[in-house]
Amino acid sequence: MKRVYVNEEWCLGCHLCEYNCAFANSGEIDMSKALKGKPVFPRVKIDGDEHINFAVSCRHCDDPICVKSCISGALSVNNGVIQIDHNKCVKCLTCILVCPYGAVSEGEHGIVQKCELCVENSCGEPACVKGCPNRAIVYEER
Amino acid sequence: MSVEFVNPEFEVIRNDNRCIACRVCERQCANEVHLFDPDRGIILSDESKCVNCQRCVSLCPTRALKIVKNECRLRENANWSDSTIKEIYKQANSGGVLLSSMGNPNPLPVYWDKILINASQVTNPSIDPLREPMETKVFLGKKPDKITRNEDGSLNCELLTQLELSMPVMFSAMSYGSISYNAHASLARASKELGIFYNTGEGGLHEDFYCYGENTIVQVASGRFGVYEDYLEAGAAVEIKMGQGAKPGIGGHLPGAKIVGDVSRTRMIPEGSDAISPAPHHDIYSIEDLRQLVFSLKEATEYKKPIIVKVAAVHNIAAIASGIARSGADIIAIDGFRGGTGAAPTRIRDNVGIPIELALASVDQRLRDEGIRNNVSLVVGGSIRSASDVVKAIALGADACYIATAAVLALGCHLCRTCQTGKCNWGIATQRPELVKRLNPDMGAERLVNLMTAWQHEIKELMGGMGINSIESLRGNRLMLRGIGLTEKELEILGISHAGE
Amino acid sequence: MKLEGQVRIPSGCAIAAVISKEGSRMSGEMITNAMKPMHDRSNGLGGGFAGYGIYPEYKDFYAMHFFFNDRAARKDCEVFLKERFEIVQSERIKTRKIPAITDEPVIWRYFLSPLKSVLTSMQMDEKEFVANTIVKINTEFKGSYVFSSGKNMGAFKAVGFPEDVGEFYRLEEYEGYSWTAHGRYPTNTPGWWGGAHPFTILDYSIVHNGEISSYDANRRFIEMFGYKCNLQTDTEVIAYIMDYLLRVQKLTLEEAAEVIAAPFWSTIADKSESERKKLTYLRTVYSSLLITGPFSIVFGFNGGLMALNDRLKLRSMVVGEKNDKVFIASEEAAIRVMEPDVSKIYAPAGGEPVIVRLKEGTF
Repeated sequence: MKRVYVNEEWCLGCHLCEYNCAFANSGEIDMSKALKGKPVFPRVKIDGDEHINFAVSCRHCDDPICVKSCISGALSVNNGVIQIDHNKCVKCLTCILVCPYGAVSEGEHGIVQKCELCVENSCGEPACVKGCPNRAIVYEER
Repeated sequence: MSVEFVNPEFEVIRNDNRCIACRVCERQCANEVHLFDPDRGIILSDESKCVNCQRCVSLCPTRALKIVKNECRLRENANWSDSTIKEIYKQANSGGVLLSSMGNPNPLPVYWDKILINASQVTNPSIDPLREPMETKVFLGKKPDKITRNEDGSLNCELLTQLELSMPVMFSAMSYGSISYNAHASLARASKELGIFYNTGEGGLHEDFYCYGENTIVQVASGRFGVYEDYLEAGAAVEIKMGQGAKPGIGGHLPGAKIVGDVSRTRMIPEGSDAISPAPHHDIYSIEDLRQLVFSLKEATEYKKPIIVKVAAVHNIAAIASGIARSGADIIAIDGFRGGTGAAPTRIRDNVGIPIELALASVDQRLRDEGIRNNVSLVVGGSIRSASDVVKAIALGADACYIATAAVLALGCHLCRTCQTGKCNWGIATQRPELVKRLNPDMGAERLVNLMTAWQHEIKELMGGMGINSIESLRGNRLMLRGIGLTEKELEILGISHAGE
Repeated sequence: MKLEGQVRIPSGCAIAAVISKEGSRMSGEMITNAMKPMHDRSNGLGGGFAGYGIYPEYKDFYAMHFFFNDRAARKDCEVFLKERFEIVQSERIKTRKIPAITDEPVIWRYFLSPLKSVLTSMQMDEKEFVANTIVKINTEFKGSYVFSSGKNMGAFKAVGFPEDVGEFYRLEEYEGYSWTAHGRYPTNTPGWWGGAHPFTILDYSIVHNGEISSYDANRRFIEMFGYKCNLQTDTEVIAYIMDYLLRVQKLTLEEAAEVIAAPFWSTIADKSESERKKLTYLRTVYSSLLITGPFSIVFGFNGGLMALNDRLKLRSMVVGEKNDKVFIASEEAAIRVMEPDVSKIYAPAGGEPVIVRLKEGTF
């Protein structure tokens, strides 16, 4: 299965992926309209320090502990992609607690959000990959 | 100096309706032009630091930025131009020699743009490169005057080593130190994939790139940085750099700040020491000395590698080239006055040397007049900007072209001409690790391959239009060229007729 | 308007040739007639012939055919010739007055032998000396033009249709073992006798149909070796290339063909190793002598003919055979005129030389 991988050697820590992610999932057609003057809730986050940076997002684990621990059945695996049904989420945040990568986060209105490989939006392919200026984030079979 | 005489050259225009304060510009600017103001939630600009490299413009996700020329001008004066006056202020401030980078930006004649190419109509057919073979392969090196035969009468087919190029373009010398590791990696990988050559420049060859030796020309310059036996052995050819188009007659100076880590190791000089290339080679004060170095290098490489002698295009270039051809060199590389550089004194860059078009035309003709054109190959550089420049150069008489500015443009360079600061935001002309990593060689090599492939297609189209299906039939074929808006003298030097003739 | 030589003039053409391998002699009438069905391939601005074996009684002397503008030019040139040669015969070439051919210059023929003393002092071999002399005359002597200079062969050319040119020169009175012919269709010329084909240097002659795109690359290369392309025609440069490759570089005819119509690199890659090495060598060393663009040529020399097409075969050329005779022409019709009952007829592939030599002992 194709997944999003990060090659930290080339990650510049520019944070563009975060904005591209937030925009892709905003449902808006203009980035300024979508993101200007608002708190941004990206599903990918840049971590690192002065010397190294890398983008963190859901690994779409084969045996996902988040799905197992979800008390409301909001998280499920569809064709390998771990997806979340926002209507079912009860904001218990267990998934955030158990995710070993810190790839699940609280989104707008406290509902849990996570990377769904842009299958639920109109981007077509992961927006973070498409917008990465240095090919540090790739979407590939490994 | 308390009074800052020099106005910022550029103005940063930020469209506040678009800016989402993502701070990408701030993080990407090594010159620290942009600054986030957390109190107001907006980005501020300090335009005095801006070099107009357009990194922020390119990466801004909402296209909120543009960099424009600062409209604040001094009173107009046709004699004292804005830039002349500002240069005086700068020198009055610093007391130093003005430095510049990349090629001569002044509006001097670009002869390529005054030369037009022919095409077949009626009397002979043009050839469609998509349907018919169209050959761009070139062999560089000395060709024998006479054939010899074996005892059985068959031809003795042993040739001195030739460089085989899939197309008549190579990446010219840019040293490791002046450009980054990743830039070199991109050039090396692309050359291998394309079947052409890149040139180490005078900074030695990083140990990681010895594996690309078959596609590498190793350079020996006056500083002899990084030159030792394995280095000479590693390349496919050895280039003696006598001069560079951007700074004929002077040497080089890579500041100690750039001599760090691998650069120091590759150059074989201590970290932090300035790398100074003397103006002349101190073992070459005359043509007979050059012959000795040519043959020293041939001895060192057991006559297995062609020796290139690179010179800047200067006034008596034809006589110089003739001397080089007779010095035992296999290939002469000539660099025109618009050629680029990582750093050169501005006065030298902008005032010394001659255009490559004229140099090429006179050298090619001179070597033919002396009957020695086939003894040596001619490679020209110094602002070859496109496939049509290549075609014109070949038709004027070159065997191949050297490109460097076009190559770094492909790698992301935006020609801001401040390489000398070492703060290249595109990861090319810098040694700062956080900047170097901005050039991913996977992308760099791919873009270079794309560029050359595109040029090759265009060269084939132009050749096909002329009814020529092999690049060697274009070489020196000046009848395929016509001048436009040139004087009799210029036409005479170029050896071409005027359009309409 | 600029004359031939002052400007380069593209032209289309018709060519024909015949050779008897046994060396049996044919009158020039046959080749003249062969040009008739190809009338429309010429436009009356140039026609010419070359015959081999036509001067058996003077076979050891260089036969030089001249166009002189006037008597003064001839006298002037003769002074120069006498400094270098022994002139054994000097005569006006016999022509026939016909309405189709006008404005003829003084057409003269010398049979000559170079003075040994001059050869020794110039340290040249005989052929090189004669070739140099011709280049000198054609470059420096205004109003004098050598258009044929081989032994036991001669070229005959004029402004006009080739069949008229044959009649004008009374070719039926000459007999040779091989003949080549040319009709010219220049696109833009006032017509000059010297510009007609064949073009010759020593005993080499070229008739050519085509317009080569490599012209200036070839010209500028060959001019390094003492040749001067005064006419700016393809035929001239091809003749010099052949002379350089065969006489100076001592390549074989086959090797010379592999230089001027070199196979594509992709074709070379598929050859056996020894063949590949040879072809790569020739293409690399003589890369500037590759000829591109359309051409079909018949190259005549003492003892044979070679027909060759460009490597893409952009010009028509067919070969016919009957008994000991081989016929070559732009169109089959021309061959059928020479031999209605031709036994074998084929079109050679691009770049594939057809070399016909006299049987040993016949020449």
